[in-house]
Amino acid sequence: MPRQRSSATTAECALEKGLRRRWRLGEKFIEGGIFLASLLSIVVLLGIVAILLRQGLPIFSYAPPWEFLFGTRWYPVSEPPTFGITSFFVATLWVTIIATAIAVPVGVACAAYLAEVASSRIRETVKPIIELLAGIPSVVMGFIGLLLLSPLIQSLFNLNTGLCGLAAGIMLSLMSLPIIVSVSEDALHAIPDEFRQAAYALGTTKWEVVRHVSIPAALSGIAAAIMLGIGRAIGETMTVLMIAGGALAVPVSPTQPMMPMTAAIASGIGNAVRGGLQYQALFAVGLLLFSITLAVNLIADRVLERQKRKFER
Amino acid sequence: MYHGVIKSKWLVLVATALFVAAVAPIGCSATPGDAFSITGSNTVQPLSTLWAEEFMNQRPEVSIAVSGPGSGVGIAALIDGTTEIAQASRKIRQSEIDQATAKGVTPNEILVANDALAVVVHPSNNISDLTYAQLSAIYTNQITNWQELGGAALEIVVLSRDTASGTHVFFKETVVQMRGLPTEDTSLEYGGDVLFLPSTSAGIEETAKNPRAIFYAGLAYVDQTVQAVALKRTADDPAVLPAVETAMDSSYSLVRPLLYYTNGAPTGVIKDFIDYCLSAAGQAKVIEVGYVPVQ
Repeated sequence: MPRQRSSATTAECALEKGLRRRWRLGEKFIEGGIFLASLLSIVVLLGIVAILLRQGLPIFSYAPPWEFLFGTRWYPVSEPPTFGITSFFVATLWVTIIATAIAVPVGVACAAYLAEVASSRIRETVKPIIELLAGIPSVVMGFIGLLLLSPLIQSLFNLNTGLCGLAAGIMLSLMSLPIIVSVSEDALHAIPDEFRQAAYALGTTKWEVVRHVSIPAALSGIAAAIMLGIGRAIGETMTVLMIAGGALAVPVSPTQPMMPMTAAIASGIGNAVRGGLQYQALFAVGLLLFSITLAVNLIADRVLERQKRKFER
Repeated sequence: MYHGVIKSKWLVLVATALFVAAVAPIGCSATPGDAFSITGSNTVQPLSTLWAEEFMNQRPEVSIAVSGPGSGVGIAALIDGTTEIAQASRKIRQSEIDQATAKGVTPNEILVANDALAVVVHPSNNISDLTYAQLSAIYTNQITNWQELGGAALEIVVLSRDTASGTHVFFKETVVQMRGLPTEDTSLEYGGDVLFLPSTSAGIEETAKNPRAIFYAGLAYVDQTVQAVALKRTADDPAVLPAVETAMDSSYSLVRPLLYYTNGAPTGVIKDFIDYCLSAAGQAKVIEVGYVPVQ
């Protein structure tokens, strides 16, 4: 009996060794593949930056940067054309602020409920449904905004038209909500239960645990979720093109029709002569859009680092 | 050993995939003799589609691809040599001709149909006719209330197509800047409060439900949900409602050409196609789509 067992072990050993070698080969292969994939994303990013710079920068020899950034007249197909993008920039600011102001509190509260309060059965039914919301194509969201939301906003605020920044911002908040909920919930869920148990042992209430333990502990994840949500709102094109109204005046109120930067690019690029002034100007708008998202990410990183250090103390 | 086999299989697979990916575009761009594409204006697209279908029924060996991303895109595609016919609802610009010449392309213009542009308002609006000068004042935000024109005390919501559209440019030159009228002023532009919409149907939709709205659209898009306004070139001219008949006898003035551009004079199957478009049978289709035939 013992002999038999040892021979079985040797056989197992040999098998295991073979498996391990195979594993190691496979691992090298996979490692290489992953390295190439990460390299590719960097190459693509640099390529995009290079194209934006190459196509966009020449406009500044026609329209100086301050005129381009602070000008309020955008008449690309006139003679002579003028390119001032202040109204696009302000419009993007409006819709992003509205979308963020709605989606962040609702999204984080929803995530906290799912992770901390709801039973696992509720969580397992509700979370996939919220994530399904992310799968709705933006053109469909545009339709919904056009047919349901804009008439409602028009009658509610007694406006001339429901096609305005507010309608676009609300639709955008619905689109960034699933990202914020899903990523924040994952972050809250990942906190070790000992944290909560320790707090409960000190006699805290559920609200205090959520407020002072779970959310601070998951802050990096929640901040990442918010940044992803803001990124979605800034970059979304189809919905704002359909319902933001598309007026060229600088919007002073969110209930005015406006044209965010993405909508300006999408509606203008179709008619732009390749390499012409309008084409270059639209690429420069794209360059600005890219710089904004980059800045948002960098600031978020900074804030995150500081918060993390504070939390560690 | 077994592992090695798997690996080489994978290699072969990956190599094949790469090879196919590298070769496929070459295969696609080498079009067989009887296939060509028409791209450009969103306005001309329904007409081109109908013509292409009819032509392909008569000549099953021919294959025509039609798409309508905008006049500018179509002309850019012609310049880049990625399409055989560019459809446009505006004339080619001098800058585009220069670009084409630099690339060895000579744009050849063919008038295939006309389009009557209607100015539309909400059915409840009691304004029945407008002059070009009044329209220009509306679109430059100088007149901002229907009351100033004898209508209800409502602010005017001015809707327009965006700059991707040939209609945008045509309406600006003809109506906003009043081309050919004594009051012509080429420095006029759409006002800052004009809403630029990505499609004609979006504008019709908004006009149908907003009593304050005014919009312009090709006759083919106008339905019972909105009300067309009769136009007067000047206050002394008669007011004429947009229709195929009034456009054909030239009494309605807001008519623009729908054009095809080819590289040089068309030859072969493309010539056959354009001959069909301009034939009596082809022009009968023009009325079917809601445009105005070429006399």
